[in-house]
Amino acid sequence: MAKGRVEIYTEACKSCRYCIITCPKKVLGTTEAVNSKGYQYAVPLHPEDCIGCAMCAQICPDAAITVYREAK
Amino acid sequence: MMEKVYSRPSGIFEGAVTGFCPGCLHSSVSKIVCEALDELNMVDNACYIQGVGCGGLVVTYFDIDTVSAPHGRACAVASSFKRCSPETLVFTYQGDGDLAAIGLAETMSAANRGENFTVIFVNNGIYGMTGGQLAPTTLLGTKTTTTPYGRDIREHGAPLHMCEILNQLEAPAYIARVTCADVPNVRKAKEAVKKAFRCQIEGKGFSFVEFVSNCPTNWGMSPAESLDYIHNTVLKEFPLGEFRAK
Repeated sequence: MAKGRVEIYTEACKSCRYCIITCPKKVLGTTEAVNSKGYQYAVPLHPEDCIGCAMCAQICPDAAITVYREAK
Repeated sequence: MMEKVYSRPSGIFEGAVTGFCPGCLHSSVSKIVCEALDELNMVDNACYIQGVGCGGLVVTYFDIDTVSAPHGRACAVASSFKRCSPETLVFTYQGDGDLAAIGLAETMSAANRGENFTVIFVNNGIYGMTGGQLAPTTLLGTKTTTTPYGRDIREHGAPLHMCEILNQLEAPAYIARVTCADVPNVRKAKEAVKKAFRCQIEGKGFSFVEFVSNCPTNWGMSPAESLDYIHNTVLKEFPLGEFRAK
């Protein structure tokens, strides 16, 4: 069971890949899918590994990521 | 039960997308400024003076009152705005061409008078919006469209260090240089911006936060390469740190 969950506002993503290189658990990646501007937006490829550390959201320049974590 | 640990700060237009290039740290800076305002509960009581250049693109992003200044004159406009409306949190949002080249006189004068506002200075070492010309902060040897053989110290001078220059003055209350190139530095940057805003709220005087930023488009790099370049090269020329905290 994943401890965290990320939600990506795909229209704001510009495919800079900062979240992908920052994520310590390598949860995020890109697929062939593109948004209306043609950017390959980031998607959680391995959502089960997410720990909800929010590092992806903090590095994301375009504030495209919302992070949830299991309440203690 | 999942709880939200991170979401968009208020102070950004609903659903807005920045006009910056992919990977541009200008977007990070604007996000950090909104987060700092949010945490200080000052979003509705803030006004930013917008410079000219890429920095001006935040106008479609910040849901905050704004005044648009002529090129380089943001510090002069901010001085008068703050004097007329001392209860408003006033900050300027400027790039290196606006603040360190055409607006150097206004910046130095406002800092020397100790005007009680905050400067957010985004230093990417190049003129982004106009297509990659030499900026005062360009590193030696860097090839730009106006220095095709690289910046030469005898012909074009050496990079301008705004924090170090302002640190010579008596009046400024807070001077810091930060970056958003990795997560620990993003957190430090937000603390620095909050300190600068607190300086202003407490009426201590001029506060200045320089962000070492990137320009993947005009540096000719991928966003990830530009972050490596900041860490390996730019930060050696522009060391991070708090230069003054009164």
